[in-house]
Amino acid sequence: MTSRAAIVDRALALYEDLDFGSVRAWCAEEGRKAAGYLPVYAPREIIHAVGMLPVGIHGGRDRLEIIRGDAFFQSYICHLPRSVIELLQSGRLDMLSAMLFPSTCDVIRNLSGMWQVLRPNLYTRYCDVPQVLEAGTGGRFWRQELETLLHGLAEVAGVTPDVEALRRSNAVYNEVRQVIRALYAARRDTPWRLPTEELYLVLRAGEVLPPEAFLQMARDYLAATAADDARPRDRVRVIVAGAFCEQPPLGLIKTIERAGCYIVDDDFLLGNRLLTADVPLDGDPLSALADTFLRHAMPSSILYEHAPDGKKRLMAQRVADARADGIIFAAPSFCDPALLDRPMLRAGAEAADIPCIAFQYSENTGQFQQFREQAGTFSDSIKLWGGQA
Amino acid sequence: MTPHENVPPAPDRAPKDRSMQLQKDMIAEHFRRLEQAPETHEPVVYTFVPGNLTELVRSFGALPLLPEINALQSGMRGMSRKYIAEAEKAGHSEDVCTYVKCDIGMIKSGNIGPTGTRLPKPDLLLLSYTGCYTFMKWFELLREEYDCPAVFLHVPYQSDGRLAPEHRQYIVDQIRDKVIPALEQVTGRPYDEEKLRELLGHSRDAEDDLVAVFESAKRRPSPIDAYFGAVYYVGPIFSAFRGTPEGVAYYRALRAEVEARIAAGAGPITPSGQLDDQKYRLVVEGPPNWTSFHEFWQMFSDEGAVCVASTYTKVGGTYDFGFRHDPSDPLGTLADYCGGCYTNLSLPQRIDMLADYVREYAADGFLINSVKSCNSFSAGQLLILREVEKRTGIPGAFVESDLVDPRYFSAANIKNRLESYIQMLAARRIGSSAGGAA
Ligand code: SF4
Ligand code: SF4
Repeated sequence: MTSRAAIVDRALALYEDLDFGSVRAWCAEEGRKAAGYLPVYAPREIIHAVGMLPVGIHGGRDRLEIIRGDAFFQSYICHLPRSVIELLQSGRLDMLSAMLFPSTCDVIRNLSGMWQVLRPNLYTRYCDVPQVLEAGTGGRFWRQELETLLHGLAEVAGVTPDVEALRRSNAVYNEVRQVIRALYAARRDTPWRLPTEELYLVLRAGEVLPPEAFLQMARDYLAATAADDARPRDRVRVIVAGAFCEQPPLGLIKTIERAGCYIVDDDFLLGNRLLTADVPLDGDPLSALADTFLRHAMPSSILYEHAPDGKKRLMAQRVADARADGIIFAAPSFCDPALLDRPMLRAGAEAADIPCIAFQYSENTGQFQQFREQAGTFSDSIKLWGGQA
Repeated sequence: MTPHENVPPAPDRAPKDRSMQLQKDMIAEHFRRLEQAPETHEPVVYTFVPGNLTELVRSFGALPLLPEINALQSGMRGMSRKYIAEAEKAGHSEDVCTYVKCDIGMIKSGNIGPTGTRLPKPDLLLLSYTGCYTFMKWFELLREEYDCPAVFLHVPYQSDGRLAPEHRQYIVDQIRDKVIPALEQVTGRPYDEEKLRELLGHSRDAEDDLVAVFESAKRRPSPIDAYFGAVYYVGPIFSAFRGTPEGVAYYRALRAEVEARIAAGAGPITPSGQLDDQKYRLVVEGPPNWTSFHEFWQMFSDEGAVCVASTYTKVGGTYDFGFRHDPSDPLGTLADYCGGCYTNLSLPQRIDMLADYVREYAADGFLINSVKSCNSFSAGQLLILREVEKRTGIPGAFVESDLVDPRYFSAANIKNRLESYIQMLAARRIGSSAGGAA
C-alpha cells in the first residue's frame, strides 16, 4: 500500500499537470484512445465500455495564462469555457479523440458547437440529460441517447459496441461511486482525518486516471486516513454549495478550512457521484444505466426540480445529513445554474435557521484574503452564537 | 416585443399603419381579458416565447401569458431598473439574466403588467424548456411565488444540426402524456384535436404572410427594417396570437401594407423618418436592447442603415427556412416547431443562417449585439463573428449591451462603434469600386 503522503503527492502532480501527461502516456500505447468530458455529468461508463479513457476537463485553474481563450468569450461569461478553449487551442487536448458536452448550461451547450467548428473532425457529442423522470418518456429518451453515444464512441475507438463490456463498466463505476461515497462518509464523520484539500486532489486524480487505478488510489487513501490519529479541533462544520462546474482554486478550499471550517459536504466534481445508487448489473446494461439516472440522480442545479418544495427542503436535508452548522454558497462568477438557484436554496436554508454566507469566485482567483475574512467571521459567529449573529 | 403603448418612433407617428392599430387593439383586449381572468375564470397559462404551444393552450380555452414579453415591456416603459433593483435586493445576483430579475421584481412590486393592469396569477406554469437553460430556473422561481401546478416540456437541443426523429418523438410523447393532461386538469376541458387542427391552420396562414414580410427585405429599398421594425411584426405570432383569427387578420394587413410600400418604392418608418435612401444593408444577430430601443435604432437610421435580416426575430420560430405549422400532424408539428426555434439551433447552424442571410439579403455588413444577460445567445458569438466574416468575406461589428438593465447600455460606446463600422464599410465600398475600375 502506498503511503498517504505519496498518494497526495501523486494526486497533486496529476492536478498540476496541465499537459495531461498521464493521459498522453496512457494513449501512447497501441490502439488506446481517450475521450474528454466537461462538467457536470457525463456517462463515463460508455467511454470506458469502448476501451477509451474518460478524461474530465476542468479548465486551467490559475496556472494557465489565457492568451487565446479571451478572444472567444466576452467578459461577462464565466471563466471555465475560456480556459477550456485555451487548453484546446494550445494543443493540450490534442490527445483526445472525442469530447462530450453535458447539458449543464447554455455556455457548455454552445461550447459544443464551438468545438464542432474548431475541430470538425473530432467526435463531439452533446449529452442532453433527461429532465423528465417518467420511464416511458425520459427513460426511453435517455436510453436512446446512451445507445447513440455507445455506437458513436465505438466507431471512434474502432470496436464493436458490446453490451457485456458496458455491464463490466457499470460494475467498475459502481465501485468508483462506492469508494467516493465511503470517502465522503469518512470525511463527514471524521473531517479532522480527511482535510478536503487532500480529498479533493484524490478525486481530481479520478478525473484523469483509468477507474481501476483510481480505485486503488482511493482505497489506499481511505485506509491511510482511517489509521490517522489526528484529534478533532474546534472548527465549525460547513457545506460548500454551488461549486459543481467551474472548480474553485485549491487555495480557496484551503482558505475555508484554515479559516476554522471543516467542509463536511460539497458539490465539487459532482458528476462523479451524481448517481446515488448502484447501477443494477442484471438485465440490459443501457437500460440499467439510463434508469439509474432517472431514479437516483442527486438533486442539483443541472436538473429540473419536480417537487414544488424541493429547493426549499434540499439544503436543510443536506445540512441534517452532514450534521453541518452552516452553508457557504460559493458560486463561480456569471454561473447561471448556481446563481439562479442560490436565492431559492438560501431561502430554504434560512427558513430552517441555518446560517449561510455567499461569495463568488473564479477558477483563476489568486487572492483569498477576502474569503479568509468572510469564512473566518462566519466560523466565529457560529461558534459564538450558533450562527444567529 | 409586442409594442402596445410603445408604438414606433415619434417622427412619422401620425399616419399610423392599420396593422399597428390592429396589434394595439388585440393586445389591449388580451390584457383586459387577463386582468379579468380571476372573475371570468378564464384559465391563464404562463409560458415562454421559444417553444410556446400557443395553439394547444388556446385549444383548451386558456389565455397564454409570457413573462419575457412582460420583462421587455417593462424595459421599454422604463420600469426595469426599479424591478431589477428589487430582485437584487431580494438576493438575486447581478450576474444573471435580467429578464428573470425584471419579472421577479415586477411580481414583488404588485405584478402590474405592460398595460398598467394587474396580471393574474397562473393556473399553470407550462415550462417549455427550449433553447435556454434559464427558463428552467425562471419557472422554479415563479413556482415559489405562486401556488400552482407546473408542467415541464423538455425539448432536446439540435446539437447535430437537426431534430433527430427520436427527439421529435420524445417531444410528442411529452405533449401527449404530460402537457395535455395538465391542460385538461386545469381547464376542466378534454383535449379537442379538431380544434387544435383548426388553430394550427390559422398559424400556417399567418406564417405565410410573415415570411412574405421578412422576404420583402431582399428588395431595394427594403420596405421593412427586419430587426428593429420586425420586433413589432413578430409580436403577435411570438406571443398570444399564433393560431388565432386575429393573428391571421393582423398578418394579412401587415403584408398588404408592406406590399403597398414596395409598390411605392418606400422604405420603413424609422426614428429618423421614412428610410428610403438606404445606404447600408445590415444583418443583425442577438436580441435588441429594450431600455434605449429607439435611441439604439436611431443610431442605425441616422447612418442610413437598414436591417435586412435578423436572428432575434426567429427565437419564436424559424419560418423563413420553410417550416409551417401543419394541421395534419398536430403534435408532430408542435414538436418540429419547438425544436427549430433559433436558440435551440447549434452554433454551426447559427453561423450558416447568418452567412445565408448576408448573401441572400445582399447585406453590406453584419452586426452582433451581444447582451450581458443571455448566455443562450452570447456564449460563442465571438466565434460566430469570425466564422461569418470568413464565409462571407465581410467584416462584422460587435457591440455590447443588455436586454433590460439600463446600467449596461452605453450609448456613446455603441454609437462610436457603429459609426466606425459604417465608415469602414464606406471605405471598403470606395476601395472595391476603385478596384473594380482599375
Ligand atoms: S461555471 Fe456555470 S455558467 Fe460556467 S460553464 Fe459551468 S455551469 Fe455554465
Ligand atoms: S437567458 Fe436569454 S433566452 Fe434565456 S430567458 Fe434570459 S434573455 Fe431569454
